[in-house]
Amino acid sequence: MYTFSSKLKTFSFILMIVGVLGIGYSFFTAPKDINDVEAILASQHGHHGDAHAEGAEHHDAKDAHVNTAHSEDAHAAAGHDAHDAHGAEAHEAHDEHTHHLKHVLQQLQNKPWAGVYVAALFFMLISLGALAFYAIQNAASAGWSPVLFRVMEGISAYLIPGAVIVFLLLVLGVMGSHHLFVWMDKDVVAHDHLIQGKSGYLNGPFFLIRAALFMGGWIFYRQYARKVSLAQDEASDNLNFKKSFKAAASFLVFFIVSESIMSWDWIMSVDPHWFSTLFGWYVFASFVVSAVTVIAMVTLYLKSQGYLEYVNTSHIHDLAKFMFGFSVFWTYLWFSQFMLIWYADIPEEITYFVTRIEHYNLPFFGMVVMNFVLPVLILVNTDFKRLTWIVVLAGTIILCGHYVDFFNMIMPATVGDQWFIGAGEIGSILFFMGLFIFVVFSAISKAPLLAKRNPLIEESKHFHY
Amino acid sequence: MSNKVIHVLYNDDDILMDAVKQTRAAHHHIEEVYTPFPVHGLDKAMGLAPTRLAICSFLYGLVGLSVATSMLYYIMIVDWPQDIGGKPSFSFIQNMPAFVPVMFEMTVFFAAHLMVITFYMRSKLWPFKEAENPDVRTTDDHFLMEVSVHGDVDQMVSFFENTGAVEVKVIEKH
Repeated sequence: MYTFSSKLKTFSFILMIVGVLGIGYSFFTAPKDINDVEAILASQHGHHGDAHAEGAEHHDAKDAHVNTAHSEDAHAAAGHDAHDAHGAEAHEAHDEHTHHLKHVLQQLQNKPWAGVYVAALFFMLISLGALAFYAIQNAASAGWSPVLFRVMEGISAYLIPGAVIVFLLLVLGVMGSHHLFVWMDKDVVAHDHLIQGKSGYLNGPFFLIRAALFMGGWIFYRQYARKVSLAQDEASDNLNFKKSFKAAASFLVFFIVSESIMSWDWIMSVDPHWFSTLFGWYVFASFVVSAVTVIAMVTLYLKSQGYLEYVNTSHIHDLAKFMFGFSVFWTYLWFSQFMLIWYADIPEEITYFVTRIEHYNLPFFGMVVMNFVLPVLILVNTDFKRLTWIVVLAGTIILCGHYVDFFNMIMPATVGDQWFIGAGEIGSILFFMGLFIFVVFSAISKAPLLAKRNPLIEESKHFHY
Repeated sequence: MSNKVIHVLYNDDDILMDAVKQTRAAHHHIEEVYTPFPVHGLDKAMGLAPTRLAICSFLYGLVGLSVATSMLYYIMIVDWPQDIGGKPSFSFIQNMPAFVPVMFEMTVFFAAHLMVITFYMRSKLWPFKEAENPDVRTTDDHFLMEVSVHGDVDQMVSFFENTGAVEVKVIEKH
């Protein structure tokens, strides 16, 4: 039986407090009106001007800036009379400037919300990924993993608070408290034929009904699987084991459909004009590799504290193989999505990557290094997959890389070129990490760490590679 | 110097594994084990050094990647640049995404084929080579352990008979 050490508990509370301060700071310093924005932009351009001593160049840069932002606008309001949106000639320069300021204001007001949303979603999906991985182990009757079941169940415990928080953020969006989802804005929809065509699907009530249904389904399976898993410990027959097998198989069917739709709803719809048919898989690959990494890291932590005596290096080796494999799988999907759109070069699809390459160059290509190049090079060696410090190192890189992946999915559509990883973003990560650690380790401490009556536990204990 | 070896036959892989461990514990030298199918963990039980084939494979992959990169660079950029789908090939880096599938396939191709060829060469296998297994039953359902003889032969034979063998033969090897 694991006891939640007071040191770790204190650490998780510190993370949450620092996180709340960071989030609060980012909300507090967000601009209130366009005058604030003008001051911010002036200081930004001031720096820009210093870099380019030439006044003319400065002017060019500013022009280009306005034009880019404006063409983004035109895109956001595509379908809305092209003449109006495009009216570089039609509008007075002053109007255009005010329009641009309003646009930037909205982006900067979105920024703290987007920071919270990305982190909330990321940690919730990690626990969902651990739950899916757990269900796969059960449905496959895997013999190697039952010694890790209580760790996976513990990580999936975060699904309940995590899903509630994400759901609240979605409700706030529908109520209009934030503008992460542009299709929720009635004024935008009124001028946008493409979103109007999708409004049968993309509308507030149906959106929330789907969210509630999916989250409810996942939480229901999580609670049920945990219940039968604990009941199996005390049982005299294998009835609960059979139940967990059937539940896992049904859950996986529900999961893969709901996960795909979830990714369209909560992530892809921030860019309501853009779509990709493999987006669901891409998101899945991203959070399942993070989930396996978290399973490995929690296991190594518990092992370092002297628990999980039956977990040997072969179990760690297998988890590291999954980290390696899913990293390659993620890259495969990332590249498939990128290359087809890059090659076809269709305007309504390519804007997605143009924005990312122009304004998010470092995070966009940096994440490929963090999620593919480094994990492959670090984990390709068999012996390395058994070393604790290597797995922790690779795991840290993978987790940071996949946070950046989610950052790249949400930010370009919500904050545009005003992105920054600052107090709000880091604060959100720290807050949700603290909450995650607190919930997960509380759940792990509530049950014995060995699923002792699982019929496959002996095989798992003696697992060796 | 005698070239005598003992052939010990088993009819079960678990018994074989135990016998290999006992033989090693008794400090007899196992020359080779012939099995009808790969036995999991046998290499470790025999104390064989871990394979270096993986390192070869990684290096072959790098060779494949370099060959593909230089090949595409020469063909598509240097020798005959073309305008494909509005993407003129004047710069390797700008056309790189289109080359990635080829680079990937060539990496896999080189790694796989050269690794198999290396494996054949290291195992001294080639077409029409005569089979080395000393007993045809090892291709069916028997496991054969070949042990070099040192010291008292009779004592060794009785030792192996106690390891669950179905047959123990002393053979003069040429």
